[in-house]
Amino acid sequence: VSPQVDDAQSTVSVEFTPTIPHCSMATLIGLSIKVKLLRSLPERFKLDVHITPGTHASEHAVNKQLADKERVAAALENSHLLEVVNQCLSARS
Amino acid sequence: GVKDGRWTVLQLVEALGFCLENTDARMRGRGIQLLSQVLLQCYSLLQEKEVLHLVLFYESRLQDNHLVIPSVLQGLRALSMCEVLPPGLAVSVLKAIFQEVHVQSLLQLDRHTVYSIITNFMSTREEELKGLGANFTFGFIQVMDGEKDPRNLLVAFQIVHDLIAKDYALGPFVEELFEVTSCYFPVDFTPPPNDPHGIQREDLILSLRAVLASTTQFAEFLLPLLIEKLDSELQSAKLDSLQTLTACCAIYGQKELQEFLPSLWSSLRREVFQTASEKIETECLVALRALSACLSRSVLSSDSEDLLDSFLSSILQDCRHHLCEPDMKLVWPSAKLLQAAAGASLRTYHCITHSVLPLLLEQYTKHMQSSQRRTILEMLLGFLELQQKWGHVEEDESPLLLHQAPVCSVVFSALLDPSVQLQLVGIKALTVLGSLQGFLSSSNLELVVDHLIRLALHEEDSQSSEAAMEAAGSLAPTYPKDFSGHMVPRLEKELQSEREESYHKRHSLQQRCLQALAAVSTHTTIVKETVPILLQHLQKVQKGTEAKNTQDVISVCQSLHRVALQCQQDAEGCWYFHQTVVPCLLAMAVQAAMPESTHTLPGKALLEEEVLAAMIPVISAATTHLSPELAAQSVAHVVPLFLDGDVSFLPQNSFPCSFQPFGDGEHLETQRRLVALLMAFVCSLPRDVPIPQQEWLLRELLALSCSSNCPFTATTAAKCFAGLVNKHPAGQQLDEILQLAVNRMEPSLAEGPRRTQALTLLLWVTKALVLRYHPLSSCLTDKLLGLLDDTELGPATADGFSLLMAESPDVLHKGCHADVRIMFRQRFFTDNVPKLVQGFHGAGPDVKANYLKGLSHVLNHLPKPVLVTELPTLLSLLLEALSCSDRVVQLSTLSCLHPLLLEAPQIMSLHVDTLVTKFLNLTSSPTMAVRIAALRCAHALTSLPTTVLLPYKGRVIRALAKPLDDKKRLVRKEAVAARGEWFLLGSPGR
Repeated sequence: VSPQVDDAQSTVSVEFTPTIPHCSMATLIGLSIKVKLLRSLPERFKLDVHITPGTHASEHAVNKQLADKERVAAALENSHLLEVVNQCLSARS
Repeated sequence: GVKDGRWTVLQLVEALGFCLENTDARMRGRGIQLLSQVLLQCYSLLQEKEVLHLVLFYESRLQDNHLVIPSVLQGLRALSMCEVLPPGLAVSVLKAIFQEVHVQSLLQLDRHTVYSIITNFMSTREEELKGLGANFTFGFIQVMDGEKDPRNLLVAFQIVHDLIAKDYALGPFVEELFEVTSCYFPVDFTPPPNDPHGIQREDLILSLRAVLASTTQFAEFLLPLLIEKLDSELQSAKLDSLQTLTACCAIYGQKELQEFLPSLWSSLRREVFQTASEKIETECLVALRALSACLSRSVLSSDSEDLLDSFLSSILQDCRHHLCEPDMKLVWPSAKLLQAAAGASLRTYHCITHSVLPLLLEQYTKHMQSSQRRTILEMLLGFLELQQKWGHVEEDESPLLLHQAPVCSVVFSALLDPSVQLQLVGIKALTVLGSLQGFLSSSNLELVVDHLIRLALHEEDSQSSEAAMEAAGSLAPTYPKDFSGHMVPRLEKELQSEREESYHKRHSLQQRCLQALAAVSTHTTIVKETVPILLQHLQKVQKGTEAKNTQDVISVCQSLHRVALQCQQDAEGCWYFHQTVVPCLLAMAVQAAMPESTHTLPGKALLEEEVLAAMIPVISAATTHLSPELAAQSVAHVVPLFLDGDVSFLPQNSFPCSFQPFGDGEHLETQRRLVALLMAFVCSLPRDVPIPQQEWLLRELLALSCSSNCPFTATTAAKCFAGLVNKHPAGQQLDEILQLAVNRMEPSLAEGPRRTQALTLLLWVTKALVLRYHPLSSCLTDKLLGLLDDTELGPATADGFSLLMAESPDVLHKGCHADVRIMFRQRFFTDNVPKLVQGFHGAGPDVKANYLKGLSHVLNHLPKPVLVTELPTLLSLLLEALSCSDRVVQLSTLSCLHPLLLEAPQIMSLHVDTLVTKFLNLTSSPTMAVRIAALRCAHALTSLPTTVLLPYKGRVIRALAKPLDDKKRLVRKEAVAARGEWFLLGSPGR
């Protein structure tokens, strides 16, 4: 995972690399990163979470999903998905 | 009636006759129940004859209706406790029970009665029962077969254990006995919630293990069972099997183990290689060590082959090749297995290291990367540490000695490696090698010292340098000659060298030299060389006047302090240090404080407050561990120096002017500062050392503390006075001097230019008395409480409460033999907090803060468990304190509330509304520390019940967005943690 932060421009860009090109968790990982950032950063920041180019089979599809605010919001409405994301972010094991 | 002898049992039986012979089983049961109850109360009064008849009666009743049986058993239990039971009856009772009663169809309580009868007989009639032979064992097996209740099982296991331990005849029933107990292995039992009997899983496990591991006769059945359970999937079963195996190894020998060794080893190996659980790995290693120890303990009969050799060779065969691949996963498990086996006995150690040591040395040279070398060296270190366990390396066959040269060269090459991690392991290995007596030859030792000096002085990385100094310190006592002969002169030379390098470089080198000199001073002969060097260096640097000289002086003092701490335990070294250092420091200070020298200004560095403060711990540490006689000798010099100006014992004692620290006059101001050194000395003396002219000294100190204009001098004098008062034996003299002190303080406290000094004195004296529970302390504390109302002194007084409660670094603590009662803080709390609260409610608005501050200081120093129990009563006050504008109050209140939030969430949830509002307000405080503390508390709020918090969730999350953008990183960090936790509140997957 490699982040790039521009405080003056208020942008944060995170690039992450899934373990294997067919990693089925890529969307979930991306979503978790995104949610954690949403919760931890001041509102002024614009977020961009995407997969390192060339490391995942369905790179574009995942990136598109992650960039779509509506879809991220909808995902978090889904209580099952929210549970999984929260489990990823919870400090307790 | 029977109890006080008015009735005999015979009469009772006759009276009950109708009942006992009634044809209705229920009536009979009632009658027998009554009789049994009576017997239980007075079995000790029975006559032998009565017992005989009763027993016969009860035995016959065993054949009776099942309704009657429970009472019959109760009666038999009573009789089994009789001391006068005629011989032979125990056997017949048991026979009858075994024959007539089907125990497992009884209720739990009645089964328990049967077990008690057996236990009672076993403890009193051992011989008779043994006469029964294996029949008794068989009978018991039948009784116990199928038992389910954990309460009964505990008793039953105890009986089996006694059967085995007391050598009852088991006859052909060994396997049955094993079956009847081992069927419970591994114990799987979860006590029901709110179980009144308090039997834990662990109790059952331990008592069953005691049974199973109690005899070698079980081995042939138990070992296969253990292996089977070890191969199962269940973690707890594996753990239990491993621990049982370890327990068995304590009594087993070769014969029992022989057949199962290969499968045991393969199971253990598999677990260590594959398991993810650290606990199982540890237990496996323990079991392996126990196995190897067991094998090496067995005495060999001449014809059998040595199992140990074949066992170890199979271990070596399976693990050895893994050691050659330091990057692979199995390296460490293999090394640990080998080390566990090697740690079992000297024989196993020889056998294993004989094969592994050359291999590791060879691998070290083969692999070039530092990370690989580090792994190999760490494994080597593990084996070296085991050698330490076996002590000296004297025997010729020791494999370590055979490979002495290559081991040394490997370790030395690690020390030269640029990787810090490898260096650190190398230094550790060096320490271990050094502690093996006779391993390092003198030429090697020289090399060791060279390496250590190089690492300590010139290594860039401070971690390595510190580790090297530590190593030097721990090796020095073993080889004092080598270190004092090589290392100390080298360090001295480096310390004094004025080579033309940048100032900065030379400075840091000198610092390292000073630290190294201190670190290596762990043996008296070395101390005797390093101390003069340090003192000489001190002489040299104190002459300058610049700020950096002050720093230098301070670092010399720190080194001296370290030396002092290291030689405290050794009487000779301690006295040497005291005798050399204390006069020398005093002489330098006195010299510097002479009026003439202040004109020309050299020596001024020595009188800086920070320098004096650095000298205090040196003198204090040099004094606390003196024996009373030597301390008395020393005190006879030091006190006259200050009181009479008697300089005769100081080295270079020709001073141009007299030394009168307690004299009058402006020009003596600098001399007065040296009271700090007097304080360091007299306040650290053991309590039983008498101080000459103590009354006079106390008076002078008192006067000085009230009259001096210099805050440093006044405070030090007050501390010194307090330190002496604390140790002063109770009595009229003490009361007089205290009265004198109070009389001096009162007028200065009331008005005048020296109110602060008087307050300082009051605080220190109060502390001295509070610590020793002196009756006057409450009066002085009340005076302090009164001062909280004072607009001028109030804030300082409030801060003073922290001084009263905190541990002070230089005087009045346990280390310098002060009279400190345990729980003085709790006592102070119960005595004074109500008064503080009362005062707060009665105080004017401008001084309310003082009370809160005082209170929060007291609470802050209270042990946390006490705090949690006491706080609920003070909660409303604390909540009010949060609105106080003083940031010290805010901070300490927040730190009081934090543990309370975590530990008493129920009480706190009553105030959740106030808490949320106040915490959120404080997150925008101008003080960073307050913001951090408030955010931590906001985080801790999440441990309250979720239902209470949910209404606030949105508000808190919105409010916490602001500190996310705080300009301080530490604040942002806390904000992120707190906000993340609030997001998780009440949402799924938390």
